[in-house]
Amino acid sequence: MIVPAAIDWSVIVPILPELLLVGVAIVLIGLDLFFPDQRQLLPWLTIVGSLCALIMVLGARPAVGFGGMFLLDGYAVVFKTICLATVIMTALMSEQFRNLIRMRQGEYYSLLMLSLVGMLLIASAGDLMVLYLGLELMALPIYALVGLHKQGRWTSEAAVKYFLTGGFASALLLFGMSLLYGLTGTTDISQIAEAISVRQLAGNSAMLAALGLCLVGCCFKVAVAPFHFWTPDVYEGAPTVITAFMSVAPKAAGFALFGRIFFFGLPHLHDHWGPILAVLALLTMAVGNITALCQRNLKRMLAYSSVAHAGYAVLGLLAGTAEGMAATMTYLVIYLFMNLGAFAILMLLTSADGSGDTLDDCKGLATRHPLAAAMMLVFLFSLTGIPPTGGFIGKFYLLKAAFMAGYTLTVVGAVLFSAISAYFYLRVIRYMYMNDPVQQTGLVASSGMYATLVLCLLGVLGTGIFPGSLLNWTVALLAGL
Amino acid sequence: MFTQIFFIYCALMIIASSILAISFRNPIHCVLMVLVLFFHMAGLYLTLNAEFLAAVQIIVYAGAILVLYLFVLFLVSLRDEIRLIPFIANAWIGRAVSAGLAGVLLFAVLPSFTIGEKGRWTVEAVREVTHTKAIGQELYTTYLLPFEIAGLILLVALLGGLVLARRERGESDDEEVSADTTHPGSTPIQEEVS
Repeated sequence: MIVPAAIDWSVIVPILPELLLVGVAIVLIGLDLFFPDQRQLLPWLTIVGSLCALIMVLGARPAVGFGGMFLLDGYAVVFKTICLATVIMTALMSEQFRNLIRMRQGEYYSLLMLSLVGMLLIASAGDLMVLYLGLELMALPIYALVGLHKQGRWTSEAAVKYFLTGGFASALLLFGMSLLYGLTGTTDISQIAEAISVRQLAGNSAMLAALGLCLVGCCFKVAVAPFHFWTPDVYEGAPTVITAFMSVAPKAAGFALFGRIFFFGLPHLHDHWGPILAVLALLTMAVGNITALCQRNLKRMLAYSSVAHAGYAVLGLLAGTAEGMAATMTYLVIYLFMNLGAFAILMLLTSADGSGDTLDDCKGLATRHPLAAAMMLVFLFSLTGIPPTGGFIGKFYLLKAAFMAGYTLTVVGAVLFSAISAYFYLRVIRYMYMNDPVQQTGLVASSGMYATLVLCLLGVLGTGIFPGSLLNWTVALLAGL
Repeated sequence: MFTQIFFIYCALMIIASSILAISFRNPIHCVLMVLVLFFHMAGLYLTLNAEFLAAVQIIVYAGAILVLYLFVLFLVSLRDEIRLIPFIANAWIGRAVSAGLAGVLLFAVLPSFTIGEKGRWTVEAVREVTHTKAIGQELYTTYLLPFEIAGLILLVALLGGLVLARRERGESDDEEVSADTTHPGSTPIQEEVS
């Protein structure tokens, strides 16, 4: 006999923002399919949906859903905010760039939305299974987005490369997770941490193998050297607006994954993963910054710079403390503004055939469009880490966290590589202000592009001038676990 | 004893057939190797007392999905492969690294692996309520969220495949004609390959 079970609908309350976004994604597909004349509505629907989700996330109370599989804690709120803000700004920038290179609109926005749902799930995952499925849900739409613009010369190659390396990384991560499950008998992250301390698995070599596999998988996802090989090719080959999105949101989600596994799941193994991450962070900063020195292509340079910034962000994580985690989260918020800003200017420079992203193209930008040049100046200063921009504050907190945890050598290295990075960031500024323009045409920016640029500028300067408020926010949220 | 021998046989066959599946040139042979792989996976499920999963593995994967793959492969005449420039030129370096990695993993995991706490579903408990019912119950209660996310992933895969395979309006129509005069009904996937 079938007994109809009474369904308690209140369990879906914590997951409402995700459900809203799934709904928006499905409406986007339907709208694109059945009302082709109303396509100008798609970006606005995306933006409004994400904004509603953002308000819901920020206003939500801490909650646990689905028997601990879904955690709505402060940690999740910060990462969700970063991902939602990135998608909103990407959607604002998209129309202009899409029209410029004549990329098909089609399922662009719905793929963006579904990828966003994956990121939000990673941020909230309390269980390895949700974590992994969220990761796949995030990655699959991005593979498709990279290959969306088929006229591009390198897009197909970039998509294939991204797909293969991404799949490989997922497999390694999954192998590590399966070992973790075998050793502890549970997939719940907090119970894994508990089982490790109760059963004293910290020194077990099978545990270390699991740790290594998870570490490699996570490093692939956030492009930490020596697992960064895919980054420059993929970032250069993808349409610039996708690159901007990819360099911020999936990276932040990757750090959310990193934190969920290592900071929450394996804190007892910090003696093992802390030093490894310290070495990897140094290597990443070295590779990213030094390779960026010899790039003539601005997009590729920003790709290497994003590798280097992953290295900085790891500094907070490797400390293994709540302050360190808060510093990484703070840095990712600042990175969102400065990196999206720099990519937005790059998009303004891009011409219809997709070229226009070399260093020569930014020559004399100050005479072509003084405002854009001034904004680029601020973003590049911030990426270098020069006060009073947010980049300085973010790096300062990261270095402080790593220093307090005793990684003095890594901190010294980070400062050195940061100084090296000044050369290639400031070189762009020199070209913008000291050289005569190659092209005389002015730049046109849509209102959405302007809105993004203004938001990024406010973010970079605001976090730089009022440094305490952002850190206090992340620390308070993380402490209220 | 028999279970162990059967397990070792299945495990070795899985490894061998998966290595063969990625090393054959002919895609049809690759798919057939994957078929062998799926049958032995089903064998592994049998050793775990998971008869329902074993049946599903054979019916869904071997029966449906692989047949679809074969259809696609027969319909799309793959004339040339895509060749990517490898990150590392010498293939033997990759093989040595992966063999080393496998060695290190075996060396680390085999001697010190201890099985974690057993969950609620012991073999006896599963026998009592029957396997299928246990799966159904767990899937729609404890694992409802992962189950729904998996559904979303399928939607995304569908959407992504559609986006990548669709021919764009006005996109290189003449090119298409000149390249495919012999195959007027060729599927759009070819576009991705060529």
